[in-house]
Amino acid sequence: MKLTDYLNNPTYGSTRDGFGVGLKDLGGQNVQVIVLCADLSESTRVNWFKEAFPDRYLEMGVAEENMIGIAAGLALAGKIPYAISYSTFVVNNALGPIRSSVCYTNTNVKIVGGHAGFSAGPDGATHQALEDIATMRVLPNMKVIVPCDQEESRKATIAISKEVGPYYLRVGKFQSLNITTKETPFEIGKATTLKDGSDLTIIACGSMVAECLTVAHKLEKDYSIEVINMHTIKPLDYESILKSVKKTGAVLTVEEHQKAGGLGSAVAEFLSQPALTRLKNSIPMKIIGVDDSFGESGTVKELLEKHKLTAIYITKEIDILMTR
Amino acid sequence: MLGQNNMLAQEISNLAIEIRENLIKMLLEAGSGHPAGALGMADVLATLYFDVLKHDPSNPTWEERDRVVLSNGHICPGFYATLAEAGYFPKSELMSLRKIDSRLQGHPHYNLEIGIENTSGPLGQALSQAIGMATAFKLDQKPNRVYCLMSDGEQQEGQNWEAFMYAGDRRLNNLTVLIDRNNIQISGYTEDVMPLQPFKHKLEAFRWNVLDIDGHNIEAIIDACHQAQAIQEQPTAIICNTIPGKDVDFMENLPYWHGKPPSKKEAAEAIDELEELEEENLAQSKI
Repeated sequence: MKLTDYLNNPTYGSTRDGFGVGLKDLGGQNVQVIVLCADLSESTRVNWFKEAFPDRYLEMGVAEENMIGIAAGLALAGKIPYAISYSTFVVNNALGPIRSSVCYTNTNVKIVGGHAGFSAGPDGATHQALEDIATMRVLPNMKVIVPCDQEESRKATIAISKEVGPYYLRVGKFQSLNITTKETPFEIGKATTLKDGSDLTIIACGSMVAECLTVAHKLEKDYSIEVINMHTIKPLDYESILKSVKKTGAVLTVEEHQKAGGLGSAVAEFLSQPALTRLKNSIPMKIIGVDDSFGESGTVKELLEKHKLTAIYITKEIDILMTR
Repeated sequence: MLGQNNMLAQEISNLAIEIRENLIKMLLEAGSGHPAGALGMADVLATLYFDVLKHDPSNPTWEERDRVVLSNGHICPGFYATLAEAGYFPKSELMSLRKIDSRLQGHPHYNLEIGIENTSGPLGQALSQAIGMATAFKLDQKPNRVYCLMSDGEQQEGQNWEAFMYAGDRRLNNLTVLIDRNNIQISGYTEDVMPLQPFKHKLEAFRWNVLDIDGHNIEAIIDACHQAQAIQEQPTAIICNTIPGKDVDFMENLPYWHGKPPSKKEAAEAIDELEELEEENLAQSKI
């Protein structure tokens, strides 16, 4: 698919739907896959798996700590459990078991955080997840995947079943622009460059990838912008980052998450260490994300606008970086 | 394969004393750790590993083995001493407890090589894992049984009650929980810190089969485990009434000894007492 194809004839989808489809497909491929959900099967789309494979669906009730512990036990007995709830509930309510029973034990548990970012919208700040990438990525053994659209989410859901060890998959309800197809390569830990450029590197994840791609395309006459889809936050693809910034000399990161601890932090941690990058000069960098605040009720579009995560604000930051 | 009813209760009781001696030596060497609960659960541990369990220390990843899931990880000196006694690793390794590069961490870290089936330490996390294992065996129609060891103080953790609620409803009759009812925790007596009574009724209300036994009576422990095996509809919780610090006179029933290691002098006194007890038992078994 060419860039202009999806800009001229846009279609939309959600990463939760991609996850739901992928999980059901996976259920047919691998009988060891067991799904656990904390009373949110419909809104997380695991009901599609549940209807197809009722014996391998475990309803946990509203009990996230127990869900993660049971998932760890299933994994210790050879199963491949997927434990799902809204991101903010599973990550925050069950952080103790995620740390000890999953990460420290290195059990083969796949944690899926739904309604991540602002996508719980009108439900308000209690249900929105803006800290989950930070919380998950800091845990040893945990790997973190943030798919950019529906199709990539489907692929990621299946791909993590083939790797042994803890994974956190971040999905959302928001209908974002579909930018990948069945043919687009997806490899865990290997970023995809969706648009080549020579003036500036944008590294984005999740729904922000499509937004950045649209901006980069619109600014094409003024700047040559490279857009990298960093679907794997951990392990971070250092090689792709380095290759791009050596060419462009500046980097902008964009995420639907707190600035602290997320994708931008991960990139900065890497680029700020010359011993790792072997770069002689420091790279000008800007992190776009939520600025140390909670969300509130509103539509996702209103929330993205209010927190300056839309094209107009991204363009402003590009202008600032380009006049360096 | 060890166990399977070929050892006399008296012999198991003596192994428990041996385990107590070893754990006192380990705690002295480590300079920190938790003696009271470990001493109290030595009889339960010895009974499991030398009678009840289907396991093979020479093949710790054996598919058909029963699983022991320890939840109150701080009693690991007793757990490690039992594993070594059963032959999972050499007894000489016991003195590495809590030291750098040791497989015997201050609280257990999952390591099948030496028979540790799960990580524990943060209280209240292992029953859920035991349920996960029991569920996997049910799904695969395998006969393996899961034994989860817990303390009474850790019942204050909410995750346990999520887990009790779930397992009671799902009829996991391949799951047996042995709870150390020793009435102490780090800050004092459990009923003063946060009362648990009526404990048995609470568990029954969560649809568990509940047995209440003397946790130092080897035959009672074996009987209770056999009863649990015969139940078809429910998981079983065995409340094991124990004496914290059991068989070390100056430690018995005192919350002080929840998490303090003995001094050199205290350890020597404890070992003397335990050796004496062992000799008495041996003399008795010869009569």
